[in-house]
Amino acid sequence: MTAVDLGPAHAVLEDMAPVDHGHAIPLLQNIQESYGYLPREVLLELSSETGIPASHLFGLATFYAQFYLEEHGRHTVRVCRGTACHVRGRKIIQEAIDEELGIGPGETTEDRRFSLETVACVGTCFLAPVVMIDHDYFGNFDPKKVGEIIGGYE
Amino acid sequence: MPEQPPPEMVTISLDGQEIEVPQGEYIIKAAEDQGTYIPRFCYHSRMKPVGLCRMCLVEVETPRGRILTTACNTPVAPEMIVDTESAVVQKAQEGILEFLLINHPLDCPVCDKGGECPLQDQTVAYGPGESRFVEEKRHFEKPIPLSDIVLMDRERCILCARCTRFSEEVSGDPLIEFVGRGNQTHVITFPDEPFASYFSGNTVQICPVGALTAKPYRFKARPWDLEAIESVSMVDASGASISIETSQNEVVRINGVDNDATNHGWLSDKDRFVFQAIHSENRLATPLIRDDAGDLQPASWGDALDRVADALGSVRGDEVASIGGANNTNEEAFALGKFLRTVVVTPHIDAQVGDALNPEFLAGVTPRAEIGDLDGAATILVWAGDLKEEFPTLFLRVRHAVTQMGAKLIVVHPRRTGLDNIAAEKITYRPGEGPEVVRKLTAQGDQDYGAVRDLLTAGPVIALVGLTGRAEDPRLAEAVAAYALGLPGSKVLPLARRANVFGALDMGLAPTLLPGRVPVKSESGRAELESHWGPLPGEAGLDTAGIIAGLAAGDLKALLLVGADPVRDGRNPDAVRAALDAAEFVVSLDMFLNDSNQQASVILPVDGFAETEGTVTNIEGRVQKVNRILPGPGQSRALWSILDELSSRMGGQLGAGDGPAIAKEIALVAPAYRSMTWDRLEWGPERDGVVMPDRDGVQELRFVPDDSGLRPTAGRLALHSGRVLYDGGTRNTQSPALAGLTPDPAVYLHPRDASALALADGQEVDVAGEFGTVRLRLELDPSLAEGSAYVPANLDSTWVLGVPDVVTVEAQSSKGKKNEKKKGKKKGAGE
Ligand code: SF4
Ligand code: FES
Ligand code: FES
Repeated sequence: MTAVDLGPAHAVLEDMAPVDHGHAIPLLQNIQESYGYLPREVLLELSSETGIPASHLFGLATFYAQFYLEEHGRHTVRVCRGTACHVRGRKIIQEAIDEELGIGPGETTEDRRFSLETVACVGTCFLAPVVMIDHDYFGNFDPKKVGEIIGGYE
Repeated sequence: MPEQPPPEMVTISLDGQEIEVPQGEYIIKAAEDQGTYIPRFCYHSRMKPVGLCRMCLVEVETPRGRILTTACNTPVAPEMIVDTESAVVQKAQEGILEFLLINHPLDCPVCDKGGECPLQDQTVAYGPGESRFVEEKRHFEKPIPLSDIVLMDRERCILCARCTRFSEEVSGDPLIEFVGRGNQTHVITFPDEPFASYFSGNTVQICPVGALTAKPYRFKARPWDLEAIESVSMVDASGASISIETSQNEVVRINGVDNDATNHGWLSDKDRFVFQAIHSENRLATPLIRDDAGDLQPASWGDALDRVADALGSVRGDEVASIGGANNTNEEAFALGKFLRTVVVTPHIDAQVGDALNPEFLAGVTPRAEIGDLDGAATILVWAGDLKEEFPTLFLRVRHAVTQMGAKLIVVHPRRTGLDNIAAEKITYRPGEGPEVVRKLTAQGDQDYGAVRDLLTAGPVIALVGLTGRAEDPRLAEAVAAYALGLPGSKVLPLARRANVFGALDMGLAPTLLPGRVPVKSESGRAELESHWGPLPGEAGLDTAGIIAGLAAGDLKALLLVGADPVRDGRNPDAVRAALDAAEFVVSLDMFLNDSNQQASVILPVDGFAETEGTVTNIEGRVQKVNRILPGPGQSRALWSILDELSSRMGGQLGAGDGPAIAKEIALVAPAYRSMTWDRLEWGPERDGVVMPDRDGVQELRFVPDDSGLRPTAGRLALHSGRVLYDGGTRNTQSPALAGLTPDPAVYLHPRDASALALADGQEVDVAGEFGTVRLRLELDPSLAEGSAYVPANLDSTWVLGVPDVVTVEAQSSKGKKNEKKKGKKKGAGE
């Protein structure tokens, strides 16, 4: 494992100073912004710099779905498994995407191009079944077009 | 207990009965005090309530009708009507239990908690009988180690947060936390960071299910097979109450007992697991006599005692000296003192092994604080060793006073301590410059330490005063006490290290003290004792340093070592060893072989912790009962019985035939213990212990501390020789659960000192002083005062350094060894 550069973390801390327990969530958000995820070494460094126990940071990072503890893909594919999407064939879509990317939900492709997640309703049930890639919505998703759509993201 | 204004009372109705309860008390506590137990999981009387588990639901009458509410975090109010057993409450309890059991594996038959499990008990008492939940329970990998001591079975956890709250609120080292969300929530540490807390065992004790277990007890016994007895921890002198639990004549577990006056139920892991040493296969189990070839041979008690009696009888009484006795009971210490003063007839008696404060100061400083006084303090001054390392349960009481009761804390120490993060002010000084700090604090109009001086104008001030390290001049503590006693509403709590050192001093195991806090130089006190014991030497005897010198010079001929290892504890280990070699006769009464008694002529195995009954006295002067639940191994015997028999062989009469007889004689001849009986401590309201002298007692000694003539320190690196909890001593190393926790030895330097010496973090260096040299890894420690070097004193490899005032630190001379960097391996230790 290559050592993580702590420079950006220090920059974030400096920007936000003074940082105390009440700032833990924005702190993690900013850190994720600059690293793309929350590296273990960085969490430990944040803890020793701010006095926020490492265990608390870890608790927050695992509680909120927005935080990643592993390096994340450049693009995030979110398959909706809300009720509407579920009844309109989400399972078939999931299988098609899993196969196309070669990974399961919660995983990242080896080339770090995609991370796959599931979400519980993205609020566009009228388009069900829905898949999101980054900030784009794909409604009435046709499993046959998976390759084509995915291909649009480098 | 310190005086506190009585709380205002209010009247509430509990299950139809009118009761008077303190205003603001939580319903759960108010009810419990009246004998009504409300079931609970998350509530713990020593922690803030969180209302998490909902097991404590009761019905309360409100203007909007009867509502269900949690009894653990609802305070009583005047005229409140509470129902704890209505049909609605019962339905609610059933429902909560049904929910809690949804994910609980119900593996009670293989669970250590089975038989003493609150979840099991309450399910039987309040549960629905069956579950409607047919879906799959959640699954986790079965127990995973959180540390070398504690394991976690996440499937059993009911998420009550007792363990995480303890870590955050009580011990202040929140290494465990809730992680995940929803039904995946569980308790764990940061990945790969162990739960390396000195207090981790408490979480096991308070976990209401079998989720947290401790390795030393796992699968050892079932609760219904256990025999238990209450006693007092002998790890330090704070007098923590414990319960010792045995199964088939083996101690399998120690739990904390909630003593309001001392430990609040908490223990350090050392208090909890050090019992393992008494079952070590290295325990001495038979008397040993050195044969003509110089080898130790097993012998009968008769032969061994004859040998000792002959040897002690063939020299003048005042050619005999005794070191040790501070880890024994008061009764044992008293018997030893009486044996030495009346049978051997020598004044050369020292229970402290040379690393100690003036006995007259320790036994006689007044006004002396009680631990409970901390809770009422405005300001707490800690000028002593690092309490977290040396007095872990007292450390928790100081934390409690500061974080829960609002006291302001000032810490004065040569480097960081476990209390720094809650201290309002910290003074870090270079060892040797303590007197300068006192002078600055005392001087009128001095500019330094303004904030500290301001805090100290707010009383009551409670000062915890002891040695910060072994190299410190012991008179500094007296100077600090003298200063502190001039502060508003102040009291002093003197700190000394060995488990029953205060008891030993009170029993007269000091060159300057007679039993009951009577100075040898007090004519009337001595005359009083002589009326019982016959004529006594009027001169003070030699202390450990004097004894060592006397042996080396040939003025002293024979030595008793009573559970003492003066070579390891010596200022100059080689000189102590030489003195022991020079002695004509050394008899050791001990549980183990050690660096000092290896060369003894006779070694007698004695009963130890959990094997003897008697009393002990803590830092407050509180006397508590310790109890026997086991016989000692093999032929080992109680110290008093050995001394009693030795006396008759020497033509004397000790009258120490049994513990109760000795206790009676203590009450008769030791003024400050005049009203003490075992009965008082065993039954009734005084089971938390009695602080001596109480209303009937007599305090003979009124010690006026000294603040002059302190030893100045010259040289560049002053040695800070502090102690760590998990040390290289016998008890720790003979307890498998603790032995591995000893930190790697190292020398700590301020980064600027290191760079001035061209030394780097992690480098191997030679640390040299007047008495010896030791090779250690260098660690940078910016918390140290510049110009000092910290070497943990009591590790296996560091004691050979002895206790010089100053040391030099140099890059190691031999080539070829690579720098090993092992920094941060054992977190929590050595800090
Ligand atoms: S491990 Fe035990 S104490 Fe900790 S939250 Fe779970 S049930 Fe409560
Ligand atoms: S259920 Fe998929 S968008 Fe609402
Ligand atoms: S005991 Fe009251 S909610 Fe847990």
